[in-house]
Amino acid sequence: MKRTLELPYEEKKLLEIRKGDEVTLSGVLYVGRDMVHKRLYDAIRFSQPLPFQFESNGIYYMGPSPKKGSFPFGAAGPTTSARMDPFSPLLIENGLRLMIGKGPRDRSVISSIKEHKGLYLQAIGGCGALYASCIRKAEVVAYSSLGPEALMKIEVEDFPTLCIIDSEGEVL
Amino acid sequence: MLEDTIASAIVDASMFLPEHVEDLIKKAAKSEKNSYARFALSCIVENINLAREKELPLCQDTGMLYVFVEVGKDARFSYKALSGALEKGIKKGMKEGAFRESVVSDPVFDRKNTNTNLPPVINYFFVDGSDITLTFLLKGFGSENCSGVRMIRPTDGKDGVIDAVIDIVRSAGGKPCPPMFLGIGVGGTMDRAAILSKRALVYEGKKDKRYKELEEEILGKVNALRIGASGLGGAHTALSCSVLYEPTHIAALPVAVSINCWADRFVKVVVKGGFDEEDA
Repeated sequence: MKRTLELPYEEKKLLEIRKGDEVTLSGVLYVGRDMVHKRLYDAIRFSQPLPFQFESNGIYYMGPSPKKGSFPFGAAGPTTSARMDPFSPLLIENGLRLMIGKGPRDRSVISSIKEHKGLYLQAIGGCGALYASCIRKAEVVAYSSLGPEALMKIEVEDFPTLCIIDSEGEVL
Repeated sequence: MLEDTIASAIVDASMFLPEHVEDLIKKAAKSEKNSYARFALSCIVENINLAREKELPLCQDTGMLYVFVEVGKDARFSYKALSGALEKGIKKGMKEGAFRESVVSDPVFDRKNTNTNLPPVINYFFVDGSDITLTFLLKGFGSENCSGVRMIRPTDGKDGVIDAVIDIVRSAGGKPCPPMFLGIGVGGTMDRAAILSKRALVYEGKKDKRYKELEEEILGKVNALRIGASGLGGAHTALSCSVLYEPTHIAALPVAVSINCWADRFVKVVVKGGFDEEDA
């Protein structure tokens, strides 16, 4: 089924989405990959403040190539989600329930999504130009020393994804 | 200038796929029956068209640059001149093409970004002829992380090779951005088989009939895994399989598999007559 999801998301809308749904995203997304996950994970463990509000927001696993042409980035497709698996359950538990990346997740992430009513959407791997063309604005929020791996906030429009794990923990 | 030719070749390779690669993807998109995989393939085709139209990199992982230098035995050749032109050309291309800074200088401790995408991985080969051929592969690492080597028994033969490949591809699953392109190296030593597997990805020359049949058989069995485009199922797990071999030891049968994502980005530059200090 085709659906749209406005971001930050409304609880009810998130829960409606089922595995296999084509979900088009519009609105604000946070962007972070390997090192951002390690830092968010450590911030929670050591009870330090988080650089953005987890509730109602989603995180996109991506590290862009520099600006080229008319969009904020040259290419901005998803990176492999499996590398975030060791960190995701703690983040989900603390409210970061919407994740967008590519490829399968491990069992601990699936059960954490089920327990906390999360959602994992897949962006199509390698489609850097396509996703760059869906991004309207971008700014660095934290960890700027990480360069292309910094934590960013972006605004997206008509960003195509597919639901792989829904809030019931059902996996496509 | 050779450095300018190199720069524009790699910039083009980041935006435009080799024609046969694009044809294979578009054919797969037309024939795929699984609706999820069809969605993925339609995004991929749209991405290919957008990258060309807007002159954007196909993928933000513009890769670590992997270079084969084939020096003809009768070519003019200066290592110093050629490696200088390669470094300058690559540096220039990375800037002009707005490549992502994807290379760190130390793999274990600092992981400090070199901020230049240098150094590339370069392999020199000496071949017949009087030209120098440079092949640039923009190697993404989502797929590189899924590549592997198996040292199987010499008595395992063809079936052992197939099993090793299937095992590596199965554990890769949806991670390497399928549909994949498979480069396979058999024989040599552990390291040599791995280099051969990369070479197989870009090889366009003649092949032994038995090895061609082996390629077909592997491709059939890989697609029977039904990992499919983006790991979503369907008929297109891999679009191409290329096998190269070399002599090996009586005790060994090394099998290496280099997995490439659907963005199988490579380009060749032929330097007629060779390259030395006078050309630099």
